[in-house]
Amino acid sequence: MKNSLSVVISPEQVRQLSLSALATLGFFLLWEVACLGFHVSSLVLPRPSEIAQVLWIKFPLLLPHATQTLYTTLVGFVAGVVAGIALGAIIGSSKLAYDVAYPLLVGFSCIPKVAVVPIFVVWFGSGTVPAILTSAVISVFPVVVNVATGLASTEPELEDVFKVLGASRWDLLLNVGLPRTLPYLFASMKIAVTLSFVGTVLSETVAANKGIGNVMMIASGNFDVPLVFAGLFLLAIMGVVLYALFALMEFKLTGWAQRKNELAMA
Amino acid sequence: MQSSNIHEPELTPSALRMNTHHNPNAVIELSEVRLQYGSGTLALDNTNLALAQGDFVSLVGPSGCGKSTILKLVAGLLKPTSGVVMVGSKEVSPAGKKHPKHSNMRVGLAFQNPTMLPWLSVLDNVMVPLKIVTPYREYYRSKKHAEYRDRAEDLLAQVGLKGFAQKKPWQLSGGMLQRASLCRALIHEPQILLLDEPFGALDQFTREELWSILQNLWLKNKPTVLLVTHDLRESAYLANRICVMTSRPGRILEDRSVGFARPRTIDMSYAPEFSELIQELRSTITHANVEVIPS
Repeated sequence: MKNSLSVVISPEQVRQLSLSALATLGFFLLWEVACLGFHVSSLVLPRPSEIAQVLWIKFPLLLPHATQTLYTTLVGFVAGVVAGIALGAIIGSSKLAYDVAYPLLVGFSCIPKVAVVPIFVVWFGSGTVPAILTSAVISVFPVVVNVATGLASTEPELEDVFKVLGASRWDLLLNVGLPRTLPYLFASMKIAVTLSFVGTVLSETVAANKGIGNVMMIASGNFDVPLVFAGLFLLAIMGVVLYALFALMEFKLTGWAQRKNELAMA
Repeated sequence: MQSSNIHEPELTPSALRMNTHHNPNAVIELSEVRLQYGSGTLALDNTNLALAQGDFVSLVGPSGCGKSTILKLVAGLLKPTSGVVMVGSKEVSPAGKKHPKHSNMRVGLAFQNPTMLPWLSVLDNVMVPLKIVTPYREYYRSKKHAEYRDRAEDLLAQVGLKGFAQKKPWQLSGGMLQRASLCRALIHEPQILLLDEPFGALDQFTREELWSILQNLWLKNKPTVLLVTHDLRESAYLANRICVMTSRPGRILEDRSVGFARPRTIDMSYAPEFSELIQELRSTITHANVEVIPS
């Protein structure tokens, strides 16, 4: 317990971090140089420096759209995760539910989410609601699958120890199932949060008058390709930040499942 | 002390028949139990076994002979196909119930695999039964668990884990985890202790040390113990009674008492009469045409 909560940065991690920073920098540099060298028009592929410039100049204009996208994404994501945990808990703790619900779930997840947006628009009109719903729907599946798998793979001997003590199904879920599932849940949440952005932007490009998706849609109509890329950059940055946030939470809450790292550090 | 019917080909000793019908002193009693897994393997057939209050009985036999099945029946984790399993004057699994409810007896259980919860400290793992078992859980909820903590720490000290209470399970060796698992099985002062090859995965020295620890713990509170093992030395060291089983369908071939004085020591286990007992048990088992892992 003593050092599981403090984040210790070892030389190994410094090396790792600087390497990934270098790779990112190198990628943009290569992009810049390639565009200059091959005389690529900014109508086709703008240079990173141009994109950064647009981002800087139009930031006040882009900010409300970015917050809108972030807001719908987070609301949809939270709704999706809550629904996913509930569904996963039901499916994972009963064999019958597992067998019955799985084909349905796979069926739903196979539906392209683009096809769902117009339906949401018919039901709720264009704007924020369909964006939230799309983001929720798209992030449910990975959470359900991971929570259900985590619960279903509990060691039978551990369950026996609890049953002999007279534990109810609820006791088992609370004391064994859910804590055991946390690492699975976080793994799925990292995937789900990036998918949530996809869902939101998808819906915004189809039916909204606000949000990064909408900005990109209009910008591409005006052949303002640097602005389109600026939107993409904003999305990528928000996605990375959220992903990192969940990775940090994962590290703090499920350190017990990451003993390899700690052993390597010790 | 030792019966002499070792080489008899008769498979159902008449001595067992006496136990068949509701022995009033029995805490655990299996009568005419038959268990078939699905429509396939017949694991147990016509099995009779009775354990008196405070008894220490060891089930030995080759793997796959239904030792663990008996243990699970007593624990209420399995339902017999036919026959009756009584624990503390109540039938363990009334027919028709999907999940057999246990009687009012407190039961502790430990397996070969220590099955600790990796996110809890060793101390919290040991205290898990107090969160679940009925007479304790209310107190545990009402935050009165300082005394429980003391009890758990005391128990950990008795098995040689003083100073490891705050460690996480993965920081401990297999032998240490098994000690903790033993503590978890005993923390709620069970009247019945069920052990399924608890020392099977440990090295010789750790195993022998844990025998002596288990003996001391048993001498203190005298719970009724059912120990499943395929280590004949272990069963001779620990048990008051050894039941030798045949394999598939499992049946109790021989039921003999072990009269060595308590507390027993490792030195005693090298005495001639001790070795003789083990020799006899082994020949019983080999004569039943089954293989056994020698101790």
